[in-house]
Amino acid sequence: MSRLPTGGLIDRTKPLAFSFDGKRYTGFAGDTLASALLANDIRLVARSFKYHRPRGILTAGSEEPNALVTIGRGAHAEPNTRATTLPLFDGLEASSQNRWPSLDHDLLSINGILSPLFVAGFYYKTFMWPAALWEKLYEPLIRRAAGLGALSMEPDPAEYDADHGFCDLLVVGAGPAGLAAALAAGRAGQRVLLVDEDVRPGGRLLAERHEIDGNSALDWVDATIAELASLPNVRILSRTILFGAYDGGTYGAVENGRRLWKIVARRAILATGAIERPLVFAGNDIPGVMTASAVQAYATRWGVAPGKRIAIFTTSDSGLKVAADLAAIGIEPVTVIDARDGMLVTRAIGGKALKAIELSDGRRIAVDTLAMAGGWNPSVGLGCNLGARPNWSEAIGAYLLDSPPGGMIMAGAAAGAFGLGAAIASGIEAAGGGMPVPATSEDPSGSRPLWHVPHSRGKAFVDYQHDVTDKDVALAAREGFTSVEHMKRYTTLGMATDQGKTGQVNGNALLAIATGKTMSEAGTILSRPPYLPVSIGVLAGHHRGEHFKPVRHTSGHAWALENGATFVDTGQWKRAQWFARPGERDWLETVSREVTATRTGVGICDVSTLGKIDVHGPDASTLLDRLYVNIFSTLPVGRARYGLMLREDGFVMDDGTTTRFAEDRFYVTTTTVNAARIMQHIDFARQVLWPELDVQATSVTEQWATYAIAGPRSRALLAKLLPDLDLSNEALPYMGAMEFHWQGVTARIFRLSFSGEMAFELAVPAHHGDRLIRALFEAGRVLGVAPYGTEALGVMRIEKGHPAGNELNGQTTATDLGMGRMLSRKKDFIGRVMAARPALVNPARPTLVGIHPVDPARRLRAGGHLLAKGAAPVAANDQGHVTSVCYSPTLGHWIGLALLANGPARHGERIIVHDPIRDGDTEVEVVNPVFVDPEGVRVRG
Amino acid sequence: MKRFSIFSLAANALSGHRKWAPTWRDASPRPGYDIIIVGGGGHGLATAYYLAKVHGITNVAVIEKGWIGGGNAGRNTTIIRSNYGLAGNGPFYEWSMKLWEGLEQELNYNAMVSQRGVLNLYHSDGQRDAYARRGNAMRMHGVDAELLDRDAVRRMAPFLDFEGARFPIQGGLLQRRGGTARHDAVVWGYARAASALGVDIIQNCEVTGFVTDNGGAITGVETSRGTIRAGKTGIAVAGNSSRVAAMAGLRLPIESHVLQAFVSEGLKPVIPGVITFGMGHFYISQSDKGGLVFGGDIDGYNSYAQRGNLPVVQDVCEGGMALMPMIGKARVLRSWGGIMDMTMDGSPIIDRSPVDGLWLNAGWCYGGFKATPASGWCFAHLLATETPHETATAYRLDRFATGDVIDEKGAGAQANLH
Repeated sequence: MSRLPTGGLIDRTKPLAFSFDGKRYTGFAGDTLASALLANDIRLVARSFKYHRPRGILTAGSEEPNALVTIGRGAHAEPNTRATTLPLFDGLEASSQNRWPSLDHDLLSINGILSPLFVAGFYYKTFMWPAALWEKLYEPLIRRAAGLGALSMEPDPAEYDADHGFCDLLVVGAGPAGLAAALAAGRAGQRVLLVDEDVRPGGRLLAERHEIDGNSALDWVDATIAELASLPNVRILSRTILFGAYDGGTYGAVENGRRLWKIVARRAILATGAIERPLVFAGNDIPGVMTASAVQAYATRWGVAPGKRIAIFTTSDSGLKVAADLAAIGIEPVTVIDARDGMLVTRAIGGKALKAIELSDGRRIAVDTLAMAGGWNPSVGLGCNLGARPNWSEAIGAYLLDSPPGGMIMAGAAAGAFGLGAAIASGIEAAGGGMPVPATSEDPSGSRPLWHVPHSRGKAFVDYQHDVTDKDVALAAREGFTSVEHMKRYTTLGMATDQGKTGQVNGNALLAIATGKTMSEAGTILSRPPYLPVSIGVLAGHHRGEHFKPVRHTSGHAWALENGATFVDTGQWKRAQWFARPGERDWLETVSREVTATRTGVGICDVSTLGKIDVHGPDASTLLDRLYVNIFSTLPVGRARYGLMLREDGFVMDDGTTTRFAEDRFYVTTTTVNAARIMQHIDFARQVLWPELDVQATSVTEQWATYAIAGPRSRALLAKLLPDLDLSNEALPYMGAMEFHWQGVTARIFRLSFSGEMAFELAVPAHHGDRLIRALFEAGRVLGVAPYGTEALGVMRIEKGHPAGNELNGQTTATDLGMGRMLSRKKDFIGRVMAARPALVNPARPTLVGIHPVDPARRLRAGGHLLAKGAAPVAANDQGHVTSVCYSPTLGHWIGLALLANGPARHGERIIVHDPIRDGDTEVEVVNPVFVDPEGVRVRG
Repeated sequence: MKRFSIFSLAANALSGHRKWAPTWRDASPRPGYDIIIVGGGGHGLATAYYLAKVHGITNVAVIEKGWIGGGNAGRNTTIIRSNYGLAGNGPFYEWSMKLWEGLEQELNYNAMVSQRGVLNLYHSDGQRDAYARRGNAMRMHGVDAELLDRDAVRRMAPFLDFEGARFPIQGGLLQRRGGTARHDAVVWGYARAASALGVDIIQNCEVTGFVTDNGGAITGVETSRGTIRAGKTGIAVAGNSSRVAAMAGLRLPIESHVLQAFVSEGLKPVIPGVITFGMGHFYISQSDKGGLVFGGDIDGYNSYAQRGNLPVVQDVCEGGMALMPMIGKARVLRSWGGIMDMTMDGSPIIDRSPVDGLWLNAGWCYGGFKATPASGWCFAHLLATETPHETATAYRLDRFATGDVIDEKGAGAQANLH
């Protein structure tokens, strides 16, 4: 055990059992998986991505590139989890990844032997011959070898939710700067949200030994947190990853991996700290080589000695501080090598564990741990999400964000204020001041970058996880990839799960050296969200499975369910597709029965899903005249009219009936699918095109339950339900409408027909829809009323040649659909001018026709293309396609609607429906698209 | 150009890889060229390559404001396919697919063209029929297409939600020859091959204006690196098309929109090809490195900023979880926003402009990557011969005036709906 006898912010009274690769270990509450592994002397925890080199724990934070494990099992398995930020819990099962057969003996480490070939970008130069082998051999091998952890392949069982945060000030990071900023703003009465990725606020103060106002810095942390907790205007979110900054002061965060926060903040202070740079020398990836800040953290915060013989290799004062802190808790470093004194570590020696280091003076020192203090990179990533570029600061040897976007302020180490006192002062200042800066112990932060140890023999890693070495960066430069963006893409440096947090700046520097540029000229990449990886599951929340999109039910839904309906999704609506009865063989028999029952008796269909819009105001008829191709201002009160609407580009947008209930009051209906789009269209017309019109439009789709009562006995049925209402042709002619009261509620009746039969539509407020449908069926029982669903509705409309969704496909003109005569010449309307473009009035355009198979036993399918008989089945001969088909029980064979070039002139011609993707070819005859009652006698009853 | 192969790789390994040459010459501008291509993305570089290779025109410069491939060529989801339904598109995208199929041997650069299939799922009878219409059109254009039923889809992708889905999967339209390619490698491969044929690739050279003669014809470009004369100037600048064209006084029927895409951490292979969800806007594939590469709808507002916003991030992930809830524990590693040059019918423009000397390659909406080879081929053909290539005759600028639009979705002249 490497656990120190005392110290650390762990609770030694609470042991926690966990396992790694099947072996059982114990840690304490307060441990991370990484600290617990180190306490149990586990050094080797992972393999690298490409060469499968043995890897240990490099850092103590979320920047960790090496120590990724899979936690949990089965559907609960979470691959690629950083051991360094995972709080230990009892029963935790962790396993190593991307190794075979075992972590200790990984056969893919042969890639390391092949590494002279497997340099950056090698795969662009080979695997090209023979071409067919790419998909068959090379790529499958590469794919199998690549990837880190594995998904379980089972649905994610986790529950996720979402929340919203609104604040005056968002503080990101609860280190010294962030805590001070939150406190200053909190005391000033601002609504503060303090977000920190750690389980425990304090940042580096948890890992370093400092004094504030003469006491341990931890006392100041505790006091600050206590005061913040007492302020009602401050909220602290711990273990919360702020993953992205978005436009409009919006930020995305994930709490505890399970809750998505959308935060809107007037201002944000990014006190996101800094990340220590590893040093680039041979063997810098051997387990036991760690960042100095990590060594310090494991010793101080978790009471773990990462090794028995620790050396420190530093280029900055912080490395010396690590040495002092270690000494203070009884772990005297074996040696401190300060590069600023001219001494360097030229090589680390070891395999699966560090054994020794070689120094530039030739000495070899046996150590098991090497702490690298390569200086600090301020974490400016979030500040770059909106496009601000970091600049190189020679003064501190790091990139800083001099001009963060409006509303964002950098503070603390993220702003280059590395010393403790400076960090706290910077936090207070960022929050607007008003609070004294406490006295802190001295914290020198001098540093001199060392990008590369020269004459270092062996692999020196820049990007650990992706196995990008100093030589790879030089190779990229040699091959012309001299922009940092090219270098990144060519070598994959910075594209691993740590997104370059440890390696990017070193890589930039090596590129600058290779190309003879300054750090400023070399530049760096722009960080994009997410700052830390966040799961797809939490971003989706509970919008999955049946909750993906809300289900819309009509008020007749329960009734339909009781009556055996099968439902179909129409947009978000559930609509009754048919109502099967016992003994029926298949849906076709059911639908045919429903059609016949309606055409010979009476049927009822729930049509509540149609879009409905009330258009009200003195200019209502003017608006409608401009929206529709035909005229509505001449429509008498109490009458309905079919209308066709074009898009601005002259193609058909939608159709439906509009009823006038008063001079200034219209009731517009749309197709189900287009309801929202037409509402937008009308609002756009009212608000943008013609704001001078005095007219309002309101969606009432969900306010009315509407039922179609169709068939020769429909009037008889309604007479029973509504004995006091005069439904005669004189009182309520075809296309007539009236308002009345049914059982005390407002009701509307329309003499409309989609089926071609005498038919009515009856509407009541949606609350009463259930009552109405039950009453309708009660009234119709003796007449043999049948409910019918969308399929029968579709059959009857095809039999009548009415265009619907498949014909209103956004690619057709009014003339294509046989409705060219509706285009009014007496007025202007949306789409009029563009509808006159040459290609839209070309007489050869495919136009609506009916078709039926020459062999009446054949079935038709929509989606087949049309060919002249004898024409070769090639695109040049394509004359259109079949839009809608059905079996017509009325005619006893299949029929279809189609869009055929020169269609109207070709009635009687035999053509081929070409459907190679399914059935092959079917010979059909072109006919009038109105198959049933073409004179329209029945509808007038 | 030194050929790449396993042998050259091995030989260079022996010399510590110190002898490799730059992939392309980083050229400085000369005073003038026969043809200047503005835009060093895939389309611009491919155009230059085919100008040199097919038409023998090598006095060509590709000028790029930043680094080559830094625009949409490096910000897409790497999908290649030719599953189009309309006559104006079919031959062009199939020509592109044919060029993809021989690209690596042609360029001697492994762009990892991988024909693992593109599967578009359908969830209703109406969608099925629309896909049947499209699939039949593909067959009639000589393109492979299969209509799968639910069971066939399930065999191919058993990890999709076949149980509790809000919109159950009924089947899918499959193009087996569709797949993915390594986007950056496409850029570098074209750059290397074009450079070897004498094309100047000039980076960090931003166009700031056009040089015109007395008659108003364009005779060159003003750039951040000085004036460069050109016999012809072609622009292939994707999301910046409207901005660059505006410098020539042109207003294009194009809006720029931002489209986000995402990649997850590396995972062992789970998703075989490309899968698209029919009832939410979501599509996904898995890269050879193991990252799940996915995206969805455009953000919906006009923008030149290469970043998107959170609502669409959520929307995309919701679509993903609805379609394949096994990806819940995969973590999003990176996201990016590309600027889409969205036309009024969702199809591109490869045409001469009304301004003499200026030629257009624009309007690729969110489908530019797959078009890269054919776009270059056809733009080169147009620049060299002044007649449209036979597969690109429909991509005229005046089609919006004549009404000969190529509107696959039937969404009309509302750019954000395509």
